[in-house]
Amino acid sequence: MATATKKKLVQWGPAEVKAALLEKYPPKVGRKRAKQIMINEALQNDTPELTANVRTIPGIITMRGCTYAGCKGVIMGPTRDIVNLVHGPIGCSFYAWLTRRNQTDPGPDGENYMNYCFSTDMQEQDIIFGGEKKLAQAIQEAYDLFHPKSIAVFATCPVGLIGDDIHTVSKNMKEKFGDCNVYAFSCEGYKGVSQSAGHHIANNQVFRHLVGQNDEVKPGKYKINLLGEYNIGGDGFEIDRIFKKCGITCISTFSGNSTYDQFASSHTAPWVKVNFIGAKATAKSLRKIAEYFGEKDLIDTVEKVIAEEMPEVEAALAEITPRTENKTVMMFVGGSRAHHYKELFDELKMKTISAGYEFGHEDDYEGRQVLPNIKLDADSRNIEELEVEADETRFKPRKSDKEMKALDKAGYKFKQYDGLAADMDKGTLIIDDLNQYEAEKLVELMKPDLFCAGIKEKYSIQKLGVPMKQLHSYDSGGPYAGFQGAINFYKEIDRLVNSKVWGFMKAPWQKNPQLSGSFNWE
Amino acid sequence: MRKVAIYGKGGIGKSTTTQNTVAGLVELGRKVMVVGCDPKADSTRLLLGGLAQKSVLDTLREEGEDVELDDIRKAGYGGTWCVESGGPEPGVGCAGRGIITSINMLESLGAYEESEGLDYAFYDVLGDVVCGGFAMPIRDGKAEEIYIVVSGEMMAMYAANNISKGIMKFAQSGSVRLGGLICNSRAVDNEEEMISEFAKKLGTQMIYFVPRDNDVQRAEINRKTVLEWNPEVKQADAYRGLAKAIDENKNFVIPTPLEIEELEKLLMDYGLMN
Repeated sequence: MATATKKKLVQWGPAEVKAALLEKYPPKVGRKRAKQIMINEALQNDTPELTANVRTIPGIITMRGCTYAGCKGVIMGPTRDIVNLVHGPIGCSFYAWLTRRNQTDPGPDGENYMNYCFSTDMQEQDIIFGGEKKLAQAIQEAYDLFHPKSIAVFATCPVGLIGDDIHTVSKNMKEKFGDCNVYAFSCEGYKGVSQSAGHHIANNQVFRHLVGQNDEVKPGKYKINLLGEYNIGGDGFEIDRIFKKCGITCISTFSGNSTYDQFASSHTAPWVKVNFIGAKATAKSLRKIAEYFGEKDLIDTVEKVIAEEMPEVEAALAEITPRTENKTVMMFVGGSRAHHYKELFDELKMKTISAGYEFGHEDDYEGRQVLPNIKLDADSRNIEELEVEADETRFKPRKSDKEMKALDKAGYKFKQYDGLAADMDKGTLIIDDLNQYEAEKLVELMKPDLFCAGIKEKYSIQKLGVPMKQLHSYDSGGPYAGFQGAINFYKEIDRLVNSKVWGFMKAPWQKNPQLSGSFNWE
Repeated sequence: MRKVAIYGKGGIGKSTTTQNTVAGLVELGRKVMVVGCDPKADSTRLLLGGLAQKSVLDTLREEGEDVELDDIRKAGYGGTWCVESGGPEPGVGCAGRGIITSINMLESLGAYEESEGLDYAFYDVLGDVVCGGFAMPIRDGKAEEIYIVVSGEMMAMYAANNISKGIMKFAQSGSVRLGGLICNSRAVDNEEEMISEFAKKLGTQMIYFVPRDNDVQRAEINRKTVLEWNPEVKQADAYRGLAKAIDENKNFVIPTPLEIEELEKLLMDYGLMN
């Protein structure tokens, strides 16, 4: 049998694996994909070596989602008291309903619309005659029924094709209501090369229509904002628990467990680059926040909290690591998620042999130092870049120039990010916009002990006999952030990589064929 | 049944020419259905004696699922059937999608069935083939012969050449063919010779030269075709001649559109000769 002579390909060099991945492609496709597959040298480069955030080649079954999914589903979806109204046919409106396991606390007022679907349910006649009137009617209906603080409108593909002016409709309705902020997102699915364009469009509008709407100073001594936390499986709840223990007040989270008012008053607190995925990363991030404020009582409390939380984490690791050490994992998630979870796998002493993002940009792979050298293509140029300037009356620097210089001198890094590549071992494979074919080929060649991606990949990977963990929705698990989350993660991964079930994947007749024969002309 | 589509630059006189020609075909004893494919819904005005037709899309919107053939077609001059596709008001929605929906609706309601006894179905299509919707009448199985209304003016010829490109595209994979150019005269110098030559270069014929005559205007003001308004005038004979030429036409081709330089040269040679 051919399989018997096939050597275990983990022993193959990364160059051979890369060549095998590209082998079946037509030459032009192969050349393009070659630029998105990088053998990591873990070197610091100023110029991007890996091509990212470019169009998926037609015919390839990509792992990516669309711009509308990124805007409505990812960024705006987890906010509970904004009515998210999808302007489009009912198929796209499947995503009007929250599909991502973002959890929320309904809050004291119980104002929570996350479990509702709002859609204009466009029909053919709305495409022909235009959907603006129907949209205005739907906004009115949502307002009459719920009297929300805010209504957000999301454009699906046909809306952009027929040119419905959703922004003017929203503006008119906002003026008509007087007590409800209505705004729209031109996040048609075809707008960008991936869902990343949707994140961009969402953030543009959040900053244009929401941030800064409420100047009220919230109580709390140490106030921060958290960006890019979506409370999947309750991650945000665990982070909130830790903040509370430390005496840190989170003014707003973009956008897990968030509210309209959080966005509106987020300009009253700073942001710094942190990561709460991984116990050590959490401790490091807490220390970084304390260092920013520079007050002894906060520094002491943070140290006390870390000292309280870590023993349980260490006990779990001591128990689990012997079973996970040297196991291999591949991760293809998000636009920086793969990097975050690598922290947790490092803690389990597992080896990340290949990783990548669905919709990352070059700087997500190679660090912010490559930012000036990223070539802006037509697809990215199509999406508006907001120019931000200080508000003359309201802008108050939180740190003086002198304080900023002192922090900088002490090695404090506000924005620095070195990217995924810097953290990956030499000789590992970093792959952008992995697809169905390459995923299956990679698993076949490198036989990882665990594969992490999303729901689209889940079952095809499992059919190859490899355990699969969804890192978008966490399957039915979580939280995995913070200290308690890390422990949950260790247990879950232990369960997955040490399960015996994968050994029973082959039916008896596949392993021992009882009958064999050949044609007599052979 | 012959399925005919009339294309041409906006304002060239497609609707007027179509309806007058249809009136001529009626005189020859033909049973004709006219389908207006213009959101303005004014393609059957002369046959109906005014703008009274409720469009397919309006009917569809108001009646919902329950639409019958009699709701969307009206009997006009000489027993013609008149249908207006209709569409959105200017600047909203998608008129192209409207035409697709409307033609599909007519088909599913059986407007083209043999039992209807039609000799001709005419599609009068808005301006240029700007998107898929306006190409609907020339897609496979819809219109099979196309006539382009043109004059000796540069932009009209330019549009005719562009429409030929559209026809060529669909002709390669389907049964649609170009039947000829109808010259609706603007009294440009050497117009007849130039359009004949242009037609030849496109691989087709100038099927008829319709002279310019104010009687067309007079009939239009009276909401009638020339043949109905005053069958005795000279212009009525012109439309009779066009109807007969179409009825007897056997010349159907895949057009060979011109390069822009070639088209300009044609204009130089004929239009600016003196």
